[in-house]
Order: sequence, then structure tokens, then C-alpha cells
Amino acid sequence: MLAFALRRLFVSIPILIVSTFVVFLMASLSANPLSYLTARNPPPSPQVIAVERHRLHLDQPLLERYWTWLTGIFHGDFGPSVDATTNIRTEVFARFGVTFRLIFLAMLVALVLAVIVGVISAVRQYSKFDYTSTFFGFLFLSMPAFWFAILLKQAGISINDSAGDTIFYTIGSNSIYVNGGAGAQLSDTLGHMILPTISLALTTYAAWSRFSRGSMLEVLGSDYVRLARAKGLPRWTVTRKHALRNALIPLTTVTALDIGSILGGAVVTEQVYQWQGAGTFLLTAIQKSDVYALEAWLLIAATFVIVLNLIADLLYGVLDPRIRYA
Amino acid sequence: MPEKIDAEAATAQVVVPEPAKQKADHEFTVAERSQAQLVLRRFLQHKLAMASLVMLIIIILFAYVGGALWKYGVNDITPDNSQPPSLSHPFGTDALGHDAMAQVMRGTQVSLQISVLVAIFATLIGAIWGAVAGYYRGWVDSLLMRVADLILTLPLLAVAAMLAHNIGGTWWLIAIVIAGLYWAYVSRISRGVVLSLREKEFVEAARALGASDRRIIFRHLMPNALGSIIVYATVLVALSILLETALSFLGFGVTPPDTSLGLLVSNNQTAVDTRPWLFYFPGVFIILIVLTINFIGDGLRDAFDPQQTKVRA
Repeated sequence: MLAFALRRLFVSIPILIVSTFVVFLMASLSANPLSYLTARNPPPSPQVIAVERHRLHLDQPLLERYWTWLTGIFHGDFGPSVDATTNIRTEVFARFGVTFRLIFLAMLVALVLAVIVGVISAVRQYSKFDYTSTFFGFLFLSMPAFWFAILLKQAGISINDSAGDTIFYTIGSNSIYVNGGAGAQLSDTLGHMILPTISLALTTYAAWSRFSRGSMLEVLGSDYVRLARAKGLPRWTVTRKHALRNALIPLTTVTALDIGSILGGAVVTEQVYQWQGAGTFLLTAIQKSDVYALEAWLLIAATFVIVLNLIADLLYGVLDPRIRYA
Repeated sequence: MPEKIDAEAATAQVVVPEPAKQKADHEFTVAERSQAQLVLRRFLQHKLAMASLVMLIIIILFAYVGGALWKYGVNDITPDNSQPPSLSHPFGTDALGHDAMAQVMRGTQVSLQISVLVAIFATLIGAIWGAVAGYYRGWVDSLLMRVADLILTLPLLAVAAMLAHNIGGTWWLIAIVIAGLYWAYVSRISRGVVLSLREKEFVEAARALGASDRRIIFRHLMPNALGSIIVYATVLVALSILLETALSFLGFGVTPPDTSLGLLVSNNQTAVDTRPWLFYFPGVFIILIVLTINFIGDGLRDAFDPQQTKVRA
């Protein structure tokens, strides 16, 4: 299994390199990183522009620029940012740390909810519960993530107003100053996570619950489940051990496929709750035509997607012992 | 099941000893139905999908006909500012006095136009791309699908935001950017269908009759793959509305003076509490459009593939 995991990671490296190259090309060709400088009034002297051009490697040919960046990564050099005071490496890791917290918790909540609701809906097909959850599933599926997030934020604000105290934090990922020790820090961080996590989790949950219901129904209708019931196993045991375990296999695939869109959802959610996370980092990089910052974001995001896909692949083996990794 | 009864009647008629004078294929009283007629019949019987279609048509008429007839334009400034919904301003007005209904109409137009354009471009390119890859196999397949895979690995929102920001904020440019990222999904689906179809006997027969590759792909393979592709095209409309609104919300989509539903939500996000009508109407329109399109897609899937209906997610 370890050999399999390593081989998978190894195969992903060329994909990673090619996709960073494509984004590098697109970004470099369509954007002008010096635009912030030339747009200044009064215009800076040609020397200043030339120095900045050199600092951003813009005096090198395109391919050489990419090569410099790529080899620099191995020395821990993520390239110069348009904003001269920013160190891209430390900045991007700090930002992603904040965002990963949100993504992991939201995925966990969404998965647990999706499995529970999916199983109940499938076991009691066409019941009131099934219809209600189907209705809300479709509703959340059709709802723009940011719209729901704004509504939830507003609900948090009104509850705070009526309570006359801060019950839900609605801005930022942390308070600027927390009075107290590690416990207070932790509760402050968790408090800031509640609303964004619900926003991100519910929009993700919608697709997954539809899927878990579908695959659960398929398994429940199969012959081996009927056999297990016929030989006298209790209903709950059959649902849990025979049906659910098999229904989870396709759900794992869908979860892995959706990681990219969750990342996109996190970008939008962060904007609503004004988190200084990876989403804000990305949007600033795009606005400032900061090609190297964009590349750093892409590198980490893509690695994240690849690693989570690998974990999903390894989970197959746990869920389905028939799959062997040679 | 009217077909069953017809079939019985038909067998009864065949038993009649009188020899039929017409050609063999007119022997049965069952009307011959083409694939398209069968699909249409099944779709018309799908209640939820039909209701959604009617709803969507109403929304489209509201946006286009209503937009043309309504007394205020998007950028008209009226003397009433921050008015709640009333008879003269059914959706209220914003702080500058813009009529919110005119804005929602224009926003709906732009959002719909973008998503339909995305669906058309992405489906056309993706379907042909995948069909060619699946039909020729070998190195053509590898080459074409690696290009598609490459696009699938790019983070959609990030790349779309970057391109939309750098290329421009008009609605059709944004549609081209989104379509340039979504066609790869269609190509995978089209390739999968064509891969299984190309082994069928009718393709072999066409080839034996001397049909060219182009004729086989466009006359025999593509029409048979049409069902899956049309279903995905409707899903694509819903997906690209959500992507476009997200882009506009982040400030990388449609730019003023033009507007879109996402931009309207973005502009009015601070007004949820004070002037809720500005925030709720565009949002509800996004939900209604995406919801109805999802249901129509469901109906189409059932109509094209009736066997799948029983255990559908």
C-alpha cells in the first residue's frame, strides 16, 4: 500500500508541473504585473520601472522565467511578489493554514450529515423525512454559496443584536486580541469557525446527500441485502454492515471529485466572512497581476487536491477489501 | 400504457387473413415513432420537469419582454431612493434611486445569456472533441484526452477569475472563458459514449458500406450520443449560472454599467437588514433559474433513459 501511495504521488508530479506551466503562461500573457507601477501619477522614472522589471524577472524570456521559478521552489524560493515587502512562501502557507481548517471541518460536517440523511432517506424512501430532505437538498444545490453565507451572517448579527452580546463571530478568522490563555484562543478560533463552516458544509452537503441516498437505495435493492435479511439478521445490522459499507464506496469517489469545488466554495465563503485566508490571497494576487503569488496558490491547492484524492483511493481499500494495491 | 393496447390491436389485425396490400412496414396499426418523438412524449409526461419548464419560460419572458416593456431602464435614476416594494417599483429601489426590478430583469438576461452561450460552446467543442478521441482511439485519443485532462486539473474558480479579470468584463467574453474550461467535462462524457457505440454493429455496417470517418462520427455516433450530451448541457447551464454569479460576486465577472444577478447580490450584500428587497430578489431569481434547470435536466435524463428512473439519485 505504501508503494502504491508513493507511486501515485510520483505520477502526480508531472501533472502538477504541467498545470503550473499552463497557468503561468496564461497569467503571464494576459496580465501585466507592472501595471500598478505605470498607472501611478506622476509616472515613475524609467529607471524605477527597469529596476522593478528586473526584480520581477520580467526582463527574462517567458520560458526562462518559468524555469527560474520552478527550480527556485526546490530551494524554498517562491519568486518575488509584486508587493516587495511580501514573502510569498511564508504568506501562502499561513493563509492556507487558515483555509484548510475551514475546509476540513466543513467536509467532515457535510460528509457526516450526508451519510446520516442519505441512509435515513433511503431506508424510509418516500416518507415525510425523505421528501423534506430531498426538497432541502435541491434547494441548497441551487443556491449560490455566497447568498446563503450572507443570509447566515445576517442571522448571526441579528441574534447578537437581540442578545446584546457576541454569540456568533461574523468577521475574520480570529479576534485581533484575545484575553486569556490557550483555552480562550481555541474557543475564539472555534467561535469564528461556526458560521463559515455551516455555510460551506450545507452547500456541499446537498450534492452528497442526494448521492448517498441514491447509492444506498441501489445497495438496499440488491440480492445480497435481501439474503442477509432473509437469513434473519437484524435490520440495523444489515443496513450498517452490508448496505452502508458498500454504499460508501461510490460516495468516496464523489467526495474526492468535489474537493476542487469545495476549494472554490471556500474562496467565496471567506470573502463573505472577511477571512484573511487563501481565498483572499488568491483574489489579491489576481487583482495585482501577481503571477508568482498565483503560482504559489495553485501549487498548494493542486497538491492538496492530489493528496486528498490519494487518501480517497487508499480508503477504497479499507471500504472494499476486494481492491488490492499491487 | 397505451402502447401495449395498440400492440395487441396490431397483432389482432395481422391475424386477419386478408393479405395486406401495403408495404411490410405499414402492416401494423401502431404509428411509427422516431426516437425524438418518444423522448418528447416521455418528457411531456414528467410533471415536475414540465412545471419547471413553464416556470423557466415565465422567467425568460419576464426578463426579456418585461425588460423591454418596463418603464425604467437599468441605469435610470428615479427620484425615489431606498423605497420598499410598491406598485410603481414592484421590487423597490436602491439608495441611488435605481429601479430594482429593471436591474433584476437585466441581471437575469445577462446571467441567462452567459450560461446559454457557455452551454452551446462547451457542448459543441466538447462533444466533437470527445467523439473524435473515442472514435480514432490510439494516439489521437491519448493526445486529445490529455489536453482535456489538463484543463480538468486546473482549479475552475481561480483560473476563470484570473482570465475574466485580465480579458475583460463584457458578458460574452466571460461566457467564452467559462466555456473554455467546461468543454473538457463534456468531452469526457462524449468520449465515453462513443467508445461503447463504436463497437456496435450499425457502425460496422456503416463502415462496410463505405461510409467515411466523418460521416460515421457525425451521422451515426453523435446522434446516438445526443441524449447524454443534451442532459449534460442542461446541467452545464445551471453550473455556469452559479459560476458566473460567483465570479461577479467576487468582482471578476460582469462589470458596471452592465449588471448580472451575482453582481446585484454583491452590491447589495450590506443591505440584507436595512433594504432586504435589494438582496432577496436577485438571489431568489438565481435559485429559481438553477432549480428549474436542474429539474428540467432530471426530466430529460428520464426521458432519454427510462430504465434509469427507478434508482435515481
